[in-house]
This record gives sequence, C-alpha cells and structure tokens, in this order.
Amino acid sequence: MTDQTPVLRLEGIVKTFPGVRALDGVAFSVLPGEVHALMGENGAGKSTLMKVLGGIHAPDEGQIFIAEEPTVMTSPMQAKAKGVVFIHQELSLADELSVAENIFLGELPLKGLGRVDWPKLYADTDAILKTLNVGFDARTRVGDLSIANQQMVEIGRALTVDPRAVIFDEPTASLTDAEKVVLFDVIADLQSRGVGIVYISHRMEEIFKITDRISVLRDGQYRGTLNTAETDEDEVTQLMIGRSLDLSRNESHHEMGDVALEVRGLGCGALYQDVSFSVRRGEVLGFYGLVGAGRTEIAETIFGLRTPSAGQILLNGEEVRIASPIDALGHGISLVPEDRKSQGLVLGMNCRDNMTLPQVDDLTAGPFVSDGAEIAIFDQYRDKLDIRTPGWRQIVGNLSGGNQQKIVIGKWLSMRPEVLIVDEPTRGIDVGSKSEIHNLIRELAAQGFAVIVISSEMPEVLHVSDRIVAMFSGRVMREFTADEVTEDNLIQAISGITDDKVA
Amino acid sequence: MTTTLNQKDILKRGAIWAFILVELAFFAIVGDAMSVSSKAFLSVDNMLLLLKQSAPIGIIALGMTIVMINGNIDLSVGATFALAAVVLLDSMTWPFMQALGDWAIPLAWGFALLTGVVLGAINGLIVWKTGVDAFIVTLASMLGFRGLVFMYNGEQPTSHLNWTLVDFAEAQFLGLHTATWFLLGAALILWLLMTKTVHGRNAYAIGNNREAAVNAGIRVGPHFVLNFMLIGFLAALSAVVFYSESGSVNPNDGMLYELWAITAVVLGGTKLAGGYGSIISTLGGVIAIQLLRKGLGHIGADTQTVNLVIGLILIGVLILDRQLNRKGQEELKI
Repeated sequence: MTDQTPVLRLEGIVKTFPGVRALDGVAFSVLPGEVHALMGENGAGKSTLMKVLGGIHAPDEGQIFIAEEPTVMTSPMQAKAKGVVFIHQELSLADELSVAENIFLGELPLKGLGRVDWPKLYADTDAILKTLNVGFDARTRVGDLSIANQQMVEIGRALTVDPRAVIFDEPTASLTDAEKVVLFDVIADLQSRGVGIVYISHRMEEIFKITDRISVLRDGQYRGTLNTAETDEDEVTQLMIGRSLDLSRNESHHEMGDVALEVRGLGCGALYQDVSFSVRRGEVLGFYGLVGAGRTEIAETIFGLRTPSAGQILLNGEEVRIASPIDALGHGISLVPEDRKSQGLVLGMNCRDNMTLPQVDDLTAGPFVSDGAEIAIFDQYRDKLDIRTPGWRQIVGNLSGGNQQKIVIGKWLSMRPEVLIVDEPTRGIDVGSKSEIHNLIRELAAQGFAVIVISSEMPEVLHVSDRIVAMFSGRVMREFTADEVTEDNLIQAISGITDDKVA
Repeated sequence: MTTTLNQKDILKRGAIWAFILVELAFFAIVGDAMSVSSKAFLSVDNMLLLLKQSAPIGIIALGMTIVMINGNIDLSVGATFALAAVVLLDSMTWPFMQALGDWAIPLAWGFALLTGVVLGAINGLIVWKTGVDAFIVTLASMLGFRGLVFMYNGEQPTSHLNWTLVDFAEAQFLGLHTATWFLLGAALILWLLMTKTVHGRNAYAIGNNREAAVNAGIRVGPHFVLNFMLIGFLAALSAVVFYSESGSVNPNDGMLYELWAITAVVLGGTKLAGGYGSIISTLGGVIAIQLLRKGLGHIGADTQTVNLVIGLILIGVLILDRQLNRKGQEELKI
C-alpha cells in the first residue's frame, strides 16, 4: 500500500471561527482501496473537517490534494465532480420521488427540449442498483423503502460519478445488525474497485472490523494515525481523550435526601428498552451516550411528550401517569429541552413573559395579568441566576446563548419543581457561560432539587454528576458512581463494549 | 426602569400611522386640485363617514388579527357575516318575534351573534381536534357556510326594515356614528385581551413557538377555539351593525371580506406566520385602506384602479418589512 498515491490528502488545515480554533493543522490522507477511520469526541472537529473537504467552509490555511493535485473545493457538487462524495448521517432524500429521480437528482439525463430521458435514467439507475446488490428497482418510491434501503439510495447517489473517495459519516447510526452487514459488503466492494473510504464513527467494534487505519482528532488537532491491525481500543481511547481536562471532576459532596424520581423497566418502542434508574433529592444524575442512544427520548417520556410502551415512573415512591407536559408540571417535573430555540423559548417574546409563561395563569389580578407579580418573579431569578439583560422588555431572541439558557432554567425554577431534567445544558454556549451553568446545576442540587443532566460532552458529565448512567443504542449499559467512573470505562460503555472484567 | 423598545420596533409600530399621514397629506393637496366634487376631502364630516365605512371590514379585521397572532387564519368570515345578517333580518319577521315589538331587536341581535359564535366554534373545534391546517378547514367552511346562506333564501335577498333599529344605527354620539363606536369599542376590548390577559399572552406564545408553548404546559386547543369563537362573534357583530341600517342582505354579501380583512391586518404589520402583531396597528391598516379607497374615489379613480393601487402598496409594504427584518437579523449576528 505504501507506494500508492493517496486519492485524497489534506495538509495543515486550519479553520477558525470567532473565538474557536476548530481545526488546527490537520493532516490526513486516504490511499486507494483503503478504509480509513476518522475518530474523535463530539466537537473534536470531524464535521468541520468534512465541511472544509466539501467546500462549505474555506480553510484559513492548508491545502487539499486530490490524487496529489492541489485543489480548491468550492461546493459539494464540485467535490463530487472531482470524485469526492459524501454519505451523510442524515438522509436528504425526496420521499415522493422514485429511486431513480433521487439518485440522479439535479443531474437527470436529458434529451431535446429539456425533456427527461426516462429510459436512460432507469437503465443507469438499475446499473447502479445492481452493483449495490439491493432488492428494489429504479421505479420504487423512496418513501416506501426502509431506512437501510434509503441509505443505499444515498450511497447510489455517490456512484453516479466514478468516485475516488467516499466519505461515510456515522452510516450505521440507524441500521440494524443485519443491515450493517449489507453496508459493509458495499464498502468492501468499493474498496476492491480502488476507491478510498473515509469512515467516521464512534463505534469501536465497527472500526476494528472494517478499517485499515485510524486517525484521531482531538480539540481540532490531529493526534496521530494508527494501523488498525497493530492497535487496540485502549490506545485509540487514550488518543481521543488524553487531554488536560479544563474541567475538574465533581468533588463536592453534600447531604442527599430521599429518592425523588424512580423509573422501572421503562421502554418506548424501538427507541429505548428496559431503562431503570433513580435520582435522589440533592443529587445530580448524569446521562451520557452518543447522539441517538435514547437519552433525550427518556427525558421526553418522563415529561409526558412520549407515551411509554412499558415500565413505570414513580414519584416519591408512588406510581404516576404522565400523559402530557401539563401532567408532568403538575407532578413537579420540569424539562430544560435539548434545543432551547425551538423547544424552550418563545424567541419573539420578552424575557419576563418567557420566564413566567408556565405560571402566568396564577399571576392574575382580576381579569388581567399582574405586571407587578411578573416583574417580581423576573427580578428574583435574574438576580439569582445572574442573567445579563438590559431589562425585562428585552426580546429573548436578542440575548446570548448562555443568558437564553438561564431564562429557560429560571422559568422552571420559579415553578419550584421537585425534579429538574436538563438536556444538553451547555449546547452552543461559550466557555465562560458553560462553567457558570455547571456551577448553577451543582448549586441547585445542593439546594435539594433532584437534577438529571443529559449531555454528549464527557467533561461536562464528569464535572457535574454524582452518578452517571451510560447508554448505548437505547439501553443502559452501566451505572457509575463518581468514584468508580473513568474516562476509559465511560467511553467504552457508550461505544457498546461490554466489559467482562467488571461484572 | 430602562426602556428597551428599540428603534426598529418604534419604526415598525409607527409605520402604518405615518403612512396614513402621508395619505392624508397627498389627498389634501393633490386631491383637492384634481377633485371631481366641490367638497373638501379633509372635512370633519368626511372623516367621520370614513370611520363609519371602515367599521364592517374593520371589526372583522380585529378578529382576524387575534386569529393570525395565534398562528391560524379564518377564511370563512365573509360567509359567517352573510349568514349572521340573514339570521338577524329574517328572525325579526318570525311571528313570535313580531309580537314582541321592539324587544325583538335585542333578541334578533342575540340570534345573529350566537350564529357567529357557533360557526366560529365549529371552525375552532375542527382545527383543534383534527389538527388540519386552519387555512384548509376555513376554506371548506367558507364554502359550506355560504351554502347555508343560499339554502336559506335561494338567490333572493332577505329584507326587513325596522325603523327603530335604523335610527339606532344612524345615530351619532359625541359626533361618532354607532358603527364607529362598535369598531372602537371592539378594538379596546381586544387590545386589553391581547396585551393584558393570560389568554392573550398564551395566544402570542402559541403563534410564536407552538412547541415551546406546549412544553410550558399551555393547552393549545382551547385557545384556538376561543379565538375562532371570537372572530365568529366579531364577523356577526359586523353584520349586525351594518344590516341594522341597510335592512337587506343579498346571498353574495360579504364575499372577499376575508381577503380585505387579511389585507388590513398584514398592512398593520401582523405576521402571517403568527406570534407577532397588534390590534392597534390593524386599526391603522383598516383606516389606511379605507382612506385609499375613498381618496382615490375622490380624485375620480374607478374601483379597478383603486384595487390595483392597494395591491401594489401591499406588495411594497411586505418588501419593505422584509428588508427591515433582514437588516435586523444582520445586526444581531455582529
């Protein structure tokens, strides 16, 4: 392999965004016929690198070579024309169109007067489908296909050109084991035709099964490349997380009260199964896992946004039925949702009105809402949470992410909840505000709230939690106390590696 | 306390009133030079008449504002208007009503207003319970309610003149006509409703971000139904005020009223997508349109020209609004 020319090579790529050095001198190359894994934690720079490669972001420094020819990427279409194609984690297909129309979307074969050359379209598509060895034909409506087959259509798109390099971004996230086998066959076939494959995934098992080399990114920096045959999971994990943590582990200890919320054998269709855990007053329970592991869905079930298919939810030892957020709020359960802009805030409303939204019913004087009562609540929580805003009239959409998040947290705290669930507490928030939010979460627990924190960021989970539940593919893999958790065993638990040494 | 109403907001809220001033100045100067009649356009009588003439569409537009802030729309108001008018005039001819003398009047008003509330409730319940888009639901009910109007009396007009009622409708109190009082009264009550009450607050929240509202424990459906009942009531109120005076309704009356109402609401700056808007600005939008119609008529333009000009102005306003919003967003990013 060593004497081959790389199909794709990146050299010294630097990309900065205001306040963040997202990529810092990343180098990376793919040889023909090679499967090259790209690994790193959430936020390590993988997706930014892919966007640079696809021409969506122009790099500040560095050079991209295709077959050793310096190339400037301007758009995904141009990248494709040069033989570099992307298979994204999220499918972008038109459900109502046929497989053929989707595969050749934007490049339908034409005959005179702008008419589509249907016979050629279907023939070309069937030829591509044949190489993919799938059981549907060019005329099938895409909406009727399974997710796995839709992914095959997505891959089919890559094959309308003769690709040099194909980049798979978390391709197995929504596939079953049987469907994965089919995908791996397709990858092996591409490999045998001399195509270079970049394979982005968090799943160690797959990485060790199908890749030849593994490159690791950490905090936007290239940390090295390993030959898959000569390394093991521990070494890769070390490369991924072996940084000087900017956050200390949670050391604070305070008195804990009774169990506030307990969940027994909770399940919700295919999203998650057999989930059990409990959280005490004064405790922060962390949920850690990959995106799609079912963490958010559990929170939504407890908050009444999803109906469980199995199991019980107990509050203060008594079983409760929660069919809607109204029920949840009535039982003292609050949720700070994952996406504050679309789920948490009314962006066009002012700070005060957002904060009092769930309880405005109780703040009336006669037929009208009492301005004074509302402002009193706003002032109290603005001071308590140190929300920086010119005044309560400020429209929430104009605040910074950290202050917006504090408004959402203040909204729920003012309801005096018993259980506070915080989903991704610091997503899209700058570093300074992050530690403020973390301290706030610790402080709330110290005041006797039962807090559940869901996070995709390991340092955050380690920093704020008293206990950590590790999830993988809709199941609880393991529960750690703050004393026994290590970055190593945590990352292994959420990658689906069952640790036989512990049992 | 610091005021943070920024310049953009002031600009947006003031825009419709500035536009009205421009119209007034234009018709006062150009209008009088080109006038086809000898009367001055800006006379007090003429302006009072203008307000009276604004009332039928205006009262409906107020209701449309709250429905649109809530994130819905109601296309059936024109048909509701006609059906309420038919009920008002026809009910006064019923034998037992005639036996009541002038006491039949409040009863007839009650029947008509109840008709509007019931029709509105039907719309609201369908939107709530089926989850079908309000545009589609009320498009269907627009056809359905109009069908009821025709079933009532065929192609024939329904007529009944009650002189007590006509006197009441033509009366002027403190200079303003009865219809104007109803328009202003409805505007005041709805303004209080939308700015001072829980229902108003929640209606804005639902229109701005329905998911966040649900997450805050707000029951979306009842708010929808209440707003549809209110607009039904207001469409009927508009009919009651207008037909008390005219005494005769054609089965095609009220056609396109929904579109005129929406035009006034949009001109006033309320967002079609919901979550933003103001009752007072809608009042401005209503007056601006009526001023344009009357002013252009004053200088001799025919109806077709008036419609063309209003259409052009509406597009101009929306382009301007978009530019303002875009500028606002760019400022935010810096």
